[in-house]
Amino acid sequence: MKEIVTQTWSWWFSGAMIASIMFFLLFFGKSFGFSSNLRTICAAAGMGKKTKFFDFNWKKQIWNLVFLVGAIIGGFIAKQFLSTDVPVLISPETIADLGKLGFAAPSSLQPSELFGIDAMLSLKGLLILVFGGLMVGFGSRYAGGCTSGHAISGLSDLQVPSLIAVVGFFIGGLIMTFLIFPLIF
Amino acid sequence: MKFIKFLILGIVFGIVMAKSEAISWFRIQEMFRFQAFHMYGIIGTAVVLGVIGVAMIKKFRIRDIDGNPVVFMPKDKSIVRYLLGGTIFGLGWALSGACPGPMVVNIGYGFISMAIVFFSAIVGTFLYGVIKDKLPH
Repeated sequence: MKEIVTQTWSWWFSGAMIASIMFFLLFFGKSFGFSSNLRTICAAAGMGKKTKFFDFNWKKQIWNLVFLVGAIIGGFIAKQFLSTDVPVLISPETIADLGKLGFAAPSSLQPSELFGIDAMLSLKGLLILVFGGLMVGFGSRYAGGCTSGHAISGLSDLQVPSLIAVVGFFIGGLIMTFLIFPLIF
Repeated sequence: MKFIKFLILGIVFGIVMAKSEAISWFRIQEMFRFQAFHMYGIIGTAVVLGVIGVAMIKKFRIRDIDGNPVVFMPKDKSIVRYLLGGTIFGLGWALSGACPGPMVVNIGYGFISMAIVFFSAIVGTFLYGVIKDKLPH
């Protein structure tokens, strides 16, 4: 029984749970879109005084910030109570490809080369973290949504704009993985 | 108290994303290299169930908890903003191995460097808001 919890949860269970979360949010009169929180945080920080884009009634979005806080707690619970911190079981081909770029085979959930304390305190490591975040934050708002808003909510509603956005996600992801990674790693 | 249900949904989201390894940079790399089904299975299952569910909500005109119809806002018609914005998002997604949701789940999991990524994402959204009117949409 314990193993069912501590091992990697299956893709079908995860996907079904994500769809369920989306339906619960719809039932509560909301919609599933996580990156809106980034705009809400800017508005709550008072950026609306100077920039029109952040001048809106952000208090109506507090429910989503509460969801965000829950997600942090969920990550904490998963780590503290539901894990044995086994390495991520990615495919041997991925391990080999990443090895050529200088990444060790997984020893936990994330590569220490990118997310370890040493990496964070190096200039290159810090720049990677900062630029990755900047592009996600800028791109998600430019595209009007992220994985939850477009790939899950938008595609579920068969919205063409969301399909275009998801195509964009993959164009960007493939450029980074196959063209830029060999240059920076 | 009215927010407690959103806290619970967030906690479930965080646990599921962490336990199915969808918050792992390794899994995102595996996805962009088309070397495993795992991430496609997660997103694909959610979308297939989502399509069925949304169609049923529309067909049976299901109402939400307050008795209001569940409405789906059609997104603005455009190509350039979704393609360009999506591409920039994808560049960041592959580099940091996380979209906004998984970023904060990672923080809870104990990867404090993800707090830098998340803070940078807020700055990125701020930059978009500042130069928005100069961008093609």
